[in-house]
Amino acid sequence: MNGISLLIIRDIKLSFRNGSEAIMSIIFFILAGMLFQFGLDPNSRVLTQIGGGIIWVIALLAAMLSLGRMFNNDYEDGSLEQYFLAPIPIVFVALAKAISHWLTTGIFLVVAAPLIALFYNLPNTILMPLVISMLLGTPTLSLIGSTGAALILGSRNSSVLIPLIVLPLYIPVLIFGSLAINSAVEGVEYNNFLMVLAGLFLIALALSPWATAAALRQAIE
Amino acid sequence: MVLNFFANPNRFSRISAKVVPWFGGGTIILLIIGIYFSLFSSPPDYQQGNAVRIMYVHVPAAWTALACYVFIAIMSAISLIYKHPLADIACRSAAPLGVGFTIIVLATGSLWGKPTWGTWWVWDARLTSVLILLFLYLGHISLTHAFDSQDRGAKAAAVLALIGFINIPIIKFSVDWWNTLHQPASIARLDGPSIDTSMLVPLLLMALAFIFYFITMLLIRMRTELAVRKTHALKYKMGH
Repeated sequence: MNGISLLIIRDIKLSFRNGSEAIMSIIFFILAGMLFQFGLDPNSRVLTQIGGGIIWVIALLAAMLSLGRMFNNDYEDGSLEQYFLAPIPIVFVALAKAISHWLTTGIFLVVAAPLIALFYNLPNTILMPLVISMLLGTPTLSLIGSTGAALILGSRNSSVLIPLIVLPLYIPVLIFGSLAINSAVEGVEYNNFLMVLAGLFLIALALSPWATAAALRQAIE
Repeated sequence: MVLNFFANPNRFSRISAKVVPWFGGGTIILLIIGIYFSLFSSPPDYQQGNAVRIMYVHVPAAWTALACYVFIAIMSAISLIYKHPLADIACRSAAPLGVGFTIIVLATGSLWGKPTWGTWWVWDARLTSVLILLFLYLGHISLTHAFDSQDRGAKAAAVLALIGFINIPIIKFSVDWWNTLHQPASIARLDGPSIDTSMLVPLLLMALAFIFYFITMLLIRMRTELAVRKTHALKYKMGH
């Protein structure tokens, strides 16, 4: 357990010191959320209707943005091989990486989401489902993303591969996340969608560290 | 065990050379009979008219696309667990075939949807999950070719194939779990098929033809891949 927390603290420090990587995805999130306003009629009711979906789409993209760096620096400077020698199972290393990815991107997306909701004239009643769905959904994105990031280690065109591999696996989170928000906008029951999101998170929590560990093992062979 | 039996690529080459013409011939015969049955000897649907005949391509292609993915997933597991030399080659050879079948499913489904549902495409669970299947295939292929080392590409793609297997039961049960435009399963049901024999016969014939075609192409592609690797090895030997 101690090893995991050390790894997480190290990763968070690195991401804040290395040219503010953590800030990048949040800036992207807010900028992308803003861009839609210029393409659409900002006064129409359309914004309220599509806001929930757009928040989730740009959250997926923002979470994906920093995936390429998740293992790549460790892979290139050789730290990744040291993890295999360390007395913690590699599955826990994979989990720690996903946790630190969430602590440097996902959590900021949760905080910034209400701001984007403000841009889209979403009613105040959606604040609860929005924050809860983001809290349940973004860790899933980090977990699935960590597997994708481990799979493409050392490939020739990783920046193109990450979206191709990760985005199809993100679709369930997108569907149920936006369903929860849209139901709240229409004033109907949304708890069942939040429960599905929680279920997706638990599935990802149980499976993805193992897949990531398998992928990391292939990468250092 | 079968696994050990095929561990020798030369033995596989010898046996597959004998088997390929049989499967190829079987494909042609089954296709001729199946097309005759589905175009001439089966009745038009009482609601859909002749548009129902799209089913004889759409459904077999869907079954084959799913079967192909299950095959890739099993071969990926064998490749990761037993490091079987042919399993990687099988995955590599099967994935583009799966893309082909999935595109056929989506295209014929779209053509069938226009006259019957009145739309080319709806975002329901069945259609979306099949579209995800297509992207999984594409991701698998690009991951296979993304590395300088062929072995590493095969291993990474194998892990992805196993992760993506979650999608297969979702595709299968999507029509039962959600109320959608797409009709529920009518063949593989507990209370027997809900489709008339005059339509079931051409459907099964076409399905068999598609599977035979898949096996034929898979064997040919695997033999080609083996030959390519042998050539590389020979070139390497002669160069040194």
